[in-house]
Amino acid sequence: MQQLSLKSIIYDARMRGYFYQVFILSCLSFGFWWLIDNTVTNLADRGKTVGFGFLSENAGFQISATLGTWLFDYNVGQSSYLDVYFIGIANTFLVAILGIAGATIIGFTVGIMRLSKNFIVRSFATVYIELLRNIPLLLQLFFWYFAVLRALPSKRDKIEIIPDVAAMNITGLYLPAPIIEPGFIYSVTAFVVAIIITLVMKSWAQKRQFETGQRFPVLWTALGLIFGLTMLTFWITGNPMSWSYPEFKMTGAILRRGFQSGSGMVLVPEMLAVWLALTLYTAAFIAEIVRAGILAVAKGQTEAAYSIGMRPGMTLRLIIIPQALRVIIPPLTSQYLNLTKNSSLAVAIAYPELVSIFAGTALNQVGKEIEMIFMMMMVYLTFSLATAAFMNWFNARVKLVER
Amino acid sequence: MTTPRKYVRTEDAPLLPPPATEAGITGWLWQNIFASMSDFQSLGAAIRSLFMILFSLLLVYLFIDQTYGLIDFAILSAVWSDPEGLKREACWTVQQGGSLPDGWHGACWPFVWAKQKFAWFGPYPSEELWRIYLSLIVGSIGLVWALRERLPYRRQVGVLMLTLYPLLAFILLTGGNSDASFTGIGVWIIVGLALISVGRMGAAGHLGTIFAEFAGIFGIVGWGIIALNVVRGIVALDFNLTPVGTGDWGGLLITLVVALTGIVASLPLGIILALGRRSEMPVVSVLCTIFIEFWRGVPLITVLFMASVMLPLFLPAGVNFDNLLRALIGVMLFSAAYMAEVVRGGLQAIDKGQYEGAQAMGLSYWQTMRLIVLPQALTHVIPGIVNTFIGLFKDTTLVSIVGIFDLLGAGQSAVADAAWSTPVQAITIYLYIGIIFFIFCFGMSRYSIFMENKLSKSRRH
Amino acid sequence: MKKLTAAMVAVAGVAFAASASAATLDDVKAKGHIQCGVSQGLPGFSNADDSGDWTGLDVDMCRAVAAAVFGDSNAVKFTPLSAKQRFTALASGEVDILSRNTTWTMTRDTQLGLNFAGVNYYDGQGMMVPTSLGVTSATELDGANICTNTGTTTELNITDFFRANSMSFNLVAFEKADEVVAAYDAGRCDVYTTDRSGLAAQRGKLTAPDAHMVLSEIISKEPLGPVVRQGDDQWFNIVRWSLNAMINAEEMGVSSSNVNNLKFDANITPAVARLIGKEGNFGEELGLSNDWAYNILMQVGNYAESYEANVTPLGLARGVNALWSDGGILYAAPIR
Repeated sequence: MQQLSLKSIIYDARMRGYFYQVFILSCLSFGFWWLIDNTVTNLADRGKTVGFGFLSENAGFQISATLGTWLFDYNVGQSSYLDVYFIGIANTFLVAILGIAGATIIGFTVGIMRLSKNFIVRSFATVYIELLRNIPLLLQLFFWYFAVLRALPSKRDKIEIIPDVAAMNITGLYLPAPIIEPGFIYSVTAFVVAIIITLVMKSWAQKRQFETGQRFPVLWTALGLIFGLTMLTFWITGNPMSWSYPEFKMTGAILRRGFQSGSGMVLVPEMLAVWLALTLYTAAFIAEIVRAGILAVAKGQTEAAYSIGMRPGMTLRLIIIPQALRVIIPPLTSQYLNLTKNSSLAVAIAYPELVSIFAGTALNQVGKEIEMIFMMMMVYLTFSLATAAFMNWFNARVKLVER
Repeated sequence: MTTPRKYVRTEDAPLLPPPATEAGITGWLWQNIFASMSDFQSLGAAIRSLFMILFSLLLVYLFIDQTYGLIDFAILSAVWSDPEGLKREACWTVQQGGSLPDGWHGACWPFVWAKQKFAWFGPYPSEELWRIYLSLIVGSIGLVWALRERLPYRRQVGVLMLTLYPLLAFILLTGGNSDASFTGIGVWIIVGLALISVGRMGAAGHLGTIFAEFAGIFGIVGWGIIALNVVRGIVALDFNLTPVGTGDWGGLLITLVVALTGIVASLPLGIILALGRRSEMPVVSVLCTIFIEFWRGVPLITVLFMASVMLPLFLPAGVNFDNLLRALIGVMLFSAAYMAEVVRGGLQAIDKGQYEGAQAMGLSYWQTMRLIVLPQALTHVIPGIVNTFIGLFKDTTLVSIVGIFDLLGAGQSAVADAAWSTPVQAITIYLYIGIIFFIFCFGMSRYSIFMENKLSKSRRH
Repeated sequence: MKKLTAAMVAVAGVAFAASASAATLDDVKAKGHIQCGVSQGLPGFSNADDSGDWTGLDVDMCRAVAAAVFGDSNAVKFTPLSAKQRFTALASGEVDILSRNTTWTMTRDTQLGLNFAGVNYYDGQGMMVPTSLGVTSATELDGANICTNTGTTTELNITDFFRANSMSFNLVAFEKADEVVAAYDAGRCDVYTTDRSGLAAQRGKLTAPDAHMVLSEIISKEPLGPVVRQGDDQWFNIVRWSLNAMINAEEMGVSSSNVNNLKFDANITPAVARLIGKEGNFGEELGLSNDWAYNILMQVGNYAESYEANVTPLGLARGVNALWSDGGILYAAPIR
């Protein structure tokens, strides 16, 4: 009798599943315990302690002026290692987000170019894709950095892009910087409110169209709402923002000539090069994904669209792209994640991102490998998971359209 | 007067040549270039045509400009030889103390020739290079054989390439003779044999019905132990070759070793992870998901940094892995996670009916996977697999960050050599390395496209 | 299957594993070679030549220790390390000695769990500027863009210097020296700063070397020396005395060319006899053989030989790195 019940337990797939799972979990816990135990022993042997106290210590090194140093107001000798950490994160995110935006635009363009009927356009796209995706990114990073440096005039010279507003030289791209005064928050609030109203209005208009067939000019109303409401609030609160324009001087001490620090904002060439390299490299992969996605839409779809009188532009926008997106989005997500992670290569060309200043310079000063590498990995993991979650959500939405 | 009209033809109408816009060179040119830029019938079309004209001209200009720049740098202006052994002075301008005109900008190839051996094989002893050549030759013959269509014994060669060849290459490259006690190996083999026989007995039902269920595992573990120890034994044999430690490997050799090991090892690992992620056991699926997302979420640089400098912190004092092996494990786990996602894509594409059919036939889980699902899933995702390989191949450049001289690392260390220091030193060697990488990656991507076409053809039946 | 794979990886790992104990010397003897951390390429200090052989002052330091331990200066393997990896690599046991133009500072000594075994080169941080700027003194550098390496003391020194003189500057810190030089050459920076030895070594990579000058100010003290892990006094002593032996040998006039003769010469001073192991038990006290220093001198040479072979070609005179008896500050503790 007992034999039989034991037997029935063994042959029960569920019970067996439990057994395997408990077994795996205990092996894993033991493994982790072993690793942690080893680490503790090893650290004790080497006379090192674990702790995050170092984060409040002052960092004694200069960081090149970037978005991060501006956001966190970096001052040597006053800012802490925690500030360095945040500066690294800000700089990594900046280049990742700009890169994602750029790579998506160029990638989609090149992907569509690859399918062009024009031989020149098509082969250019092919050469672009094959060349860029088959050469390691690190090499391309060097190439673009020195190409950018070589193309730009010296520190005491400039190329005007928009006179007195935007200009470039070897020390960077100079743009006006916003100076935010108290009260600006109201305009931001108005902007957010306008967007929320727009979203509500859009769903209302859609519902109405389905029910009555009447269309509502959502786009124009929305534009009017977003701009109008924001500008109105901005004006009522007394224009609480002004611009600081880059100042270029050719008098005084020779090293002081050129663009004056503290006026306008600067995008350093290192950032431009990292951005360029990441964008162009990832765009090559995205282009291939886009091409595959478009090819995956059956030709009959295009023909059917034409036969009901749709124009090519409309067909692309309403028929092909929505269907292609289903195929495109999962690999696109991977490319976005790759781009973010690849930004860590920027350390090679002096862009002060997370790996460079926190896991590099700062780690070298305080020597807390475990804590600092852990903190760094957390940033990348969080970003990856967030991107993946967002893209999964988006993917689910796109999928719903299919019905 | 009316002339009689003939309504009936007495001979065939002559075959007219196709219109100029449809055939021949002009037709091709028309269809592929001019058709899209010569429609001026409406304003919109005219704007589009004009845009196409300008855009095409811009692209042609860009292409010619860049290509000329490259050819000028790499060929026309380049210094090709250094007969007098001047080293850096051969590539110096007058301003720097050399003989080239000021403002000269070209490749310094003698530098690359001098660093050639180092870039390819690192500090590997010169008199032992034949071992690398031999493994490379055997490897490429085997690879071509296994990948070419219509060659006899393709499958067998492929299996040999995955089993015997790594062993052969390992022995050739390191010289074998690794320290391992033969008694230990013997004991392990006996243990393995014992496990197998216990498994056999169990399977036959001699040790109780319950045990019979688990007997299979004993056999697998037993065979695994034996295979492993036979390999250890062979590697430990003395082949009378000078030992060359992995510290003396470098350059392209490292790139190939890391990439190939990563490629070969990441596939099975990736398959297991992908199956695990789709498992119905929540613990297994969660663990596999965490593993995959963790490795996909962190940059390879940090993985390598951890593997190379922090691993000793995690292991008991005194246990020390070979530096290259550590980087290899890092690369392997990293690419396995990527591979797992590719394979998962393939698994998802398999129709549910296939699983149900297999279950209806009474196949077990592993049988279903091995015989029904995986063969279909893997063929679906061959392009994805090859793309992961290409990514992995390029990613090997990152091992230079942890002090292993791969191709790029060797190049960078060559750049540091003051005997050759010139402003074009770095560009020259990077160009050279870029070309080598391009050749390998482009080759792989062509193969992927070839496979893609072949598969889509076979699917059309 | 997963477990099996894990087991295979583990066993394969053990096949590569070498047993070791806490004592670096035993560890090294068991391995049969010393693992030495060097720079990824700094002419004069550690540089791989066309065939991949390492040369340089820092490399000779490791070769000297190898000669002392094994009697074979080639029983050493080099791990090129970037500035930011070096301490982690040493602390984790990845390398046995770090001989990588590393500046001896208090934090490194106390916080990082390291010990500096001595100083094999007294350097100081210098600055290079294009002559066309017309700058003659470092105090005129207000507002400059400065290129340097990341993860080194140079970053901290230059920050200190500018703060002390209340001048503003912008720092562009690269990972590798080659990129620093290339960026400076392209005009990204007004100033290139690193140790003066480094400035001399990298000069050849500039498009027009004569159009640049090194400012006379030395803004920091950079005692560069070999580093070992804290807590292993025996190994620390071996490295320290290998260095001292080379310096002492120069002072006594013992070099690779005459050490063999001296060994069979009855009329040598007691100090030389102690050095080359004819008198006393100094080697065994270190845990080595008594001809440890003889091996160093025979195979690597004394400090002057190493300096002249490696650093002199860069155009750097001995300067402060001369013996104390010649007006420098090299002063090694005596072997007695």
